[in-house]
Amino acid sequence: MNKTVNQKAWLFVLPVFILVAFNAIIPLMTVVNYSVQETFGDNTFFWSGVLWFTEVLQSERFHDSLVRQMIFTFSILAIEVPLGVAIALTMPRKGPWVPVCLVLMALPLLIPWNVVGAMWNIFALPDIGLLGYGLNALGFDYNFTRQIGDAWFTLILMDVWHWTSLVVLLAYAGLVSIPDAYYQAAKIDGAGAFAIFRYIQLPKMKRVLTIAVLLRFMDSFMVYTEAVVLTGGGPGNSTTLLSIDLVKIALGQFDLGPAAAMSIIYFLIILALSWVFYTLMMRNEES
Amino acid sequence: MARITLDKLRHSYMETPAADADWALKQVDITWDDGGAYALLGPSGCGKTTLLNIISGLLRPSQGRILFDDRDVTAFAPDQRHIAQVFQFPVVYDTMTVYENLAFPLRNRGVDKATTDKRVREVADFIDMTHRLDERAKGLTADGKQKISLGRGLVRTDVNVIMFDEPLTVIDPHLKWELRSKLKELHQRVRLTMIYVTHDQTEALTFADKVVVMNEGEVVQIGTPVDLFERPQHTFVGHFIGSPGMNVLPCTVDNGTVYLGGDAVAVANDAAGAAGGSLEIGIRPEFVRFAESGLPAHVVKVSDAGRHRIVETRCADQTVRMLIAEGVEIPADGVQLAFDRANTRLYADGWMVGGNSVAGGAQ
Amino acid sequence: MKRTALVPALYIAFLMLPIYWLVSMSFKTTNEILGGFSLYPREFTLENYIVIFTDPTWYTGYINSLAYVSINTVLSVACALPAAYAFSRYRFIGDKHLFFWLLTNRMAPPAVFALPFFQLYSAVGLFDTHIAVALSHTLFNIPLAVWILEGFMSGVPKELDETAYVDGHSFWSFFLKIFIPTIAAGIGVACFFCFMFSWVELLLAKTLTAVEAKPIAATMTRTASTSGYELGLLAAAGTLTIVPGAFVIYFVRNYIAKGFALGRV
Repeated sequence: MNKTVNQKAWLFVLPVFILVAFNAIIPLMTVVNYSVQETFGDNTFFWSGVLWFTEVLQSERFHDSLVRQMIFTFSILAIEVPLGVAIALTMPRKGPWVPVCLVLMALPLLIPWNVVGAMWNIFALPDIGLLGYGLNALGFDYNFTRQIGDAWFTLILMDVWHWTSLVVLLAYAGLVSIPDAYYQAAKIDGAGAFAIFRYIQLPKMKRVLTIAVLLRFMDSFMVYTEAVVLTGGGPGNSTTLLSIDLVKIALGQFDLGPAAAMSIIYFLIILALSWVFYTLMMRNEES
Repeated sequence: MARITLDKLRHSYMETPAADADWALKQVDITWDDGGAYALLGPSGCGKTTLLNIISGLLRPSQGRILFDDRDVTAFAPDQRHIAQVFQFPVVYDTMTVYENLAFPLRNRGVDKATTDKRVREVADFIDMTHRLDERAKGLTADGKQKISLGRGLVRTDVNVIMFDEPLTVIDPHLKWELRSKLKELHQRVRLTMIYVTHDQTEALTFADKVVVMNEGEVVQIGTPVDLFERPQHTFVGHFIGSPGMNVLPCTVDNGTVYLGGDAVAVANDAAGAAGGSLEIGIRPEFVRFAESGLPAHVVKVSDAGRHRIVETRCADQTVRMLIAEGVEIPADGVQLAFDRANTRLYADGWMVGGNSVAGGAQ
Repeated sequence: MKRTALVPALYIAFLMLPIYWLVSMSFKTTNEILGGFSLYPREFTLENYIVIFTDPTWYTGYINSLAYVSINTVLSVACALPAAYAFSRYRFIGDKHLFFWLLTNRMAPPAVFALPFFQLYSAVGLFDTHIAVALSHTLFNIPLAVWILEGFMSGVPKELDETAYVDGHSFWSFFLKIFIPTIAAGIGVACFFCFMFSWVELLLAKTLTAVEAKPIAATMTRTASTSGYELGLLAAAGTLTIVPGAFVIYFVRNYIAKGFALGRV
């Protein structure tokens, strides 16, 4: 569209700018403030420069959380994206079952995150939960509250249950936008199912898949509520991901300095990834 | 090559069609000659794309059969019928180069590399795309993409029929002409059966040897462009073809003579055969002229269309249009109109009285 | 039915399993739950639901949640509409940077803001109010709404605006009577996603509330830790939180595909 230049457009944008600035800039300034100061609890503050930053960046605790976070994020990406695409490919494209499918698949996305965590907690309890009881009955020694492997298994399974539908819905939207003529031409050209996937469906889904991957990347990096309600970060701290650790430090221990420094580092990581997101998306739209 | 026969074809998109209107194709019986260039002409919604998709195998008809050279192919999938189809919106495989696009149908059928290369280059030469073989298909203009779609159909040696579903819709007007000539050239060279679906009469009449006119799921007339123009079997054909279309004037018949208003009109066909139903006279504006004596009328409007003028007159409470050459004087008020008898016909319920029905002129 | 229909069917079955479990738990007595494993309620009881509907600590939780979510949705979409219009139709100084900055807020980890928000909203005296939660959620909902609406608005050609002005409409008359009905689907999608993200987000909602505006989530976590596992009650509370979501999806089911198609979640 040919956009006209009009500086008065800022008036339209003002309410949004004020609200978001209030919520974003002021808190961030507070965080920056705390991150470069040290306090001894008596409300006096001393400039400490990069002390907190180096402390956080060198702390084993931060490294561990970061590593756990990476393992988590990459695991769920490796499962959710192919699974989501596969399911989208097998969904009916037209007909009465479509809205039924979409509604049922979207349901997990609208459940409050603490309920998701609680639901899976109850579901996975070893003696009285359907999953827990079932696995133990099948002969597995399963207890997610005590065993680290089981905790990770349950955590990842819960995330897959919760968020794969997002990938499905996005991929499905991409698929449905392909005009029939492409499939018809492919039939006439004698293309098999794999060729159709590779040359027609996958290219057309590229844009939505990019969004799906990046969204899941970001959101899984920030995951908090559902994980905390499910495992509390345990057993021990084996499932303490970045957000969980941060909240422990900030709201639990009230270690303002380290918490602030960690927040900034955390946010910078996300910002870098946002930039990648934005660039990739804009480049996709231009082409 | 193939002769295509459509036998008692009926199709409905609904599971249980009840009324007549539920049928997209009401009854179609046609034979398409081997090697002919046909146009399938009709307004939007008349069923021409349905018919095309049934012939190509993308759609299975609710009733009836399709025969390719007397072989029943009704149950065959598209790639078993050896057809090619060019769609309204250019279909190219974006991630492949032009070369790979053209080679795709051959590779899917397991043709060896040498033969594939030879065929691809032959076809690329024909569609003037040789210099672009290594370019990505994605970056081409609309007409380039349509050429590739056409090329993919030509590259296979076993193609019986090529079908076109309004292929020039998205092409710029000045390029339409170029593509149209290419198609005509193609037909003269290769003599494949070609079926060209369009709602544009110019395209149909310039491309085809024979035109099949459809309306509301039925074939109304099949004939050469001249046939359709000079001897429309149905008022729809008369009205749809020609610009402006044929004048269709309600009339009465008394004792074998046709009356328009109070005046008798001489017609080419036998009026005595007209039974009942709504009766109309059809005459093209080209065949109406001013005369010393005839049907009284008065001039309402004159439009200048460049090489001729369209005069709208009011005669016997009806609008009659005339095509008048430049330079001919148009009388001020009261005029007399003369209808050229050889080209004036009587129609009953839309059909020409005494004329043959649909299949006339196809074989 | 085609064999491939098995895949979505299995997937949906997988999705329904934990939900079924939650719902069936909500109809069991605590004794039955703790007594052992049972696939379905042997002693069917509505006791848990009765408690929730009669005990104010419980049902106010729902009312609070619905309150701040609604406020947030209305606020976010109302502010986003003119902003999206500006982004869609005009170029102005800093427009690209502003748009990018808005997007980064969608990517903001709530954990980072938990403590600062707590201090900020306490400082302005809004702690423990519905407004506080509604306002805090605008941090990520407004960018989302602007993003979605801008997408829909860009699909409407400028010629529509120009025709309206030629016809004599003032800007607001055009905007309210012509433009908004045209992008009604987009507004629906934006409302849906704002509702969704605000309804499910709980870290900030819990941090900014104590008693007055406490969302249902906080009530639930309190129950789990204090009174020793009233699982049936917890399950019933959880089931009830799914209901608004199900309603909303049902109403916008035709727009879900469209909204996702725009690729602007």
